[in-house]
Amino acid sequence: MSSTSVAPPPAAMPPATAKPRHALLAPIMKDALVTGAIALALAIPLVGFKTVDRGSTTLLETRFGPMLCGVSVIALGRLAFSLINAGYARAVFAVAATMAAAWPLAVVLGAAPSGWLPLAWMSWLVALSLALRAAYVVWGERAAARGNLAPRERMAATVQRFSAFIAPVLIAFAVAMPMLPLADQRWVDLGILVLTYIMLGWGLNVVVGLAGLLDLGYVAFYAVGAYTFAIFAKTFGLNFWEALPIAGLLAATFGVLLGFPVLRLRGDYLAIVTLGFGEMVRVVLLNWNELSNGPKGMGDIPRPSFFGMPFSATPPEGVTSFHQWFSQHVWEVSFSPIQRATYLYYIILALALLTNWFTLRIRKLPISLAWEALREDEIACRALGINPTSTKLTAFAIGAMFGGFAGAFFATRQGFISPESFNFMESAIILAIVVLGGMGTQIGVVIASILLIGGPEWFRDLQSYRMLAFGALMVLIMIWRPQGLLAFREPTIRLKPVSAKPS
Amino acid sequence: MSAASLKVEHLTMCFGGLIAVDDVSFTAMDRQITALIGPNGAGKTTLFNCVTGFYRPRVGRLALHAADGREFLLERMDGFRIAQQARVARTFQNIRLFPRLSVLENLMVAQHNRLMRASGYTLVGLFGLGVYRRAKDAALERARYWLDRVRLLERANDEAGNLPYGAQRRLEIARAMCTEPVLLCLDEPAAGLNARESNDLNELVLFIRDTHKIGVLLIEHDMSVVMKISDHIVVLDHGRKIADGNPAKVRGDPSVIRAYLGEEEDDELPAEVARDLGVGS
Repeated sequence: MSSTSVAPPPAAMPPATAKPRHALLAPIMKDALVTGAIALALAIPLVGFKTVDRGSTTLLETRFGPMLCGVSVIALGRLAFSLINAGYARAVFAVAATMAAAWPLAVVLGAAPSGWLPLAWMSWLVALSLALRAAYVVWGERAAARGNLAPRERMAATVQRFSAFIAPVLIAFAVAMPMLPLADQRWVDLGILVLTYIMLGWGLNVVVGLAGLLDLGYVAFYAVGAYTFAIFAKTFGLNFWEALPIAGLLAATFGVLLGFPVLRLRGDYLAIVTLGFGEMVRVVLLNWNELSNGPKGMGDIPRPSFFGMPFSATPPEGVTSFHQWFSQHVWEVSFSPIQRATYLYYIILALALLTNWFTLRIRKLPISLAWEALREDEIACRALGINPTSTKLTAFAIGAMFGGFAGAFFATRQGFISPESFNFMESAIILAIVVLGGMGTQIGVVIASILLIGGPEWFRDLQSYRMLAFGALMVLIMIWRPQGLLAFREPTIRLKPVSAKPS
Repeated sequence: MSAASLKVEHLTMCFGGLIAVDDVSFTAMDRQITALIGPNGAGKTTLFNCVTGFYRPRVGRLALHAADGREFLLERMDGFRIAQQARVARTFQNIRLFPRLSVLENLMVAQHNRLMRASGYTLVGLFGLGVYRRAKDAALERARYWLDRVRLLERANDEAGNLPYGAQRRLEIARAMCTEPVLLCLDEPAAGLNARESNDLNELVLFIRDTHKIGVLLIEHDMSVVMKISDHIVVLDHGRKIADGNPAKVRGDPSVIRAYLGEEEDDELPAEVARDLGVGS
């Protein structure tokens, strides 16, 4: 949305004291009215009328009130957007920020209109995004005047630079979270969910972010890990820690097997074929009754035990359960399901941190640089003697391995798995986390997971509208930062000191 | 650094019915600059792509004789193995850097195979052992040397895509040299350079030949470059070799003049071409 097409060139006039911008007001008003008219024409049949089923007859109800509100929101939004581009960013910011702040205030004071909840949400989102946009433009002008990077670039760069300081804080918070007073069962469960997706996001980040291979079937490796654990645990009686490496290895093997035929494809074609492979794994699990028990799924998957001590209120004969041991040696506790949840939480935290450590280490190694180089230009890589097939397969296998670990964790946490848990939606969410976070960044994945997984959970009060809010959030972020929240790449190696030798 | 000579024998490459390179034979000697010239569409880049493994020739032999006595038959090798084992490096007509990687990283990617071995194919490198650190320091030192050579030391940590055009050309040559090649293939390195940059490039190519003692195979349109620095010129036209020899010999060859200027004997030579070829008045 550059203003250059509307406004005269900035060199001719500084934006703050621009006289001719008043001349733009008439066309802007006209444009907003036309937008409103189009929205009205669309909204009359779509929103204005509602058919209601009353027994045998169908009645037509009118909903002109919400319709007019919606149309005016659209027209006013359009007006505000044009005004921002025409140099009235400050004024728009003041109005939009007031409106955006007014609604939460109204909710807190109990003065919010009930019944029009979705409309109020929509207006609030529009006001909020306009305020953000206006603020961005104002800061962008200031930054440009000082000759700095654009604010979002600078923000991303700052977050990346400070990630060395942010990361310990986040880790400390993650470690302490189950012990905080506010941590009830719901919080710990949400933490487990978010951490699982963080781990999956970090795993997929190797494939998509670093190697640039768009993999839409990542959930297949998640499924392989989950089923491997379930089958090995139930058939051979392995516990979680014994089966975990097997799950990872088998998933990595699957990564190589699936990767081998498809890696000569690129971009969209690779995406489509991996999508197909993901579905194939699910369909095989659905139909191979002998192996996977088909659509009925596999239940009674052993839950993790703490050094052989199960988490249960009534342990079998001769086995000490965790709360009994804890009562004997530390202090008196009675059994509570939150103990198991907390233990699971720390397992997935450790697995996620392992993934992160691995990724950070590998960023310093030549293989990771070769992945990034392959993402940039495969032909140049071949001319430099890099074997594209084995390099890509390594990325695929490593990504799949972490997917397999996460899958094994999923199986032991749920205690029950069925092919329905591994549908395309899962792949799409994991990919969305990676893309939203900014490809190749670690901390971006954390933020995106909290937004995408935590967000919908927090917005549960909105019921079915939470998916709408989720979609709106995605659209906003794609407009605001199409390259992801934190797509700022720091070189993995620097030359120090960079001084010109006298030649 | 060892050198190698490349013997091209009866090389033929077809695309469907089109014969792009037709029975071409010549030898690119080590420690010599061999230039491939010819009008547009003569098959120069096709020949290059055969040598560097991007195409597999229909007929013919491409034998690289390394100084240690080993012989590589390039027509039988995969593209990346030619660079990895026979150590033939190349640049591209339209620059192919890794634009979002830094200048230094571009040079580190070029040393991928050596660093991979040192990092124990990643398994050892994960734990940060000394073997890998020493190899990495050596690689950094090599990168620094070439950055200094092509005057890009100050821009080592900048994104390669942000460099000006001439600097990108120099960086691509530096990147090819970081693979420690025995034969360097340059595809129109002077394209788009101004006179001063083109002069710098001549010096760089001569430096590579004289100091690093390797052979250079060069495609070039800029006659001022070709005539000044080549030891040996091979002229292609419509896929066939029409002349082969030192600059003085090629310059006077009537078939070369005809290929460049057409059959009509009474056509007036454009002054620039005439000067570069050294014919006419």
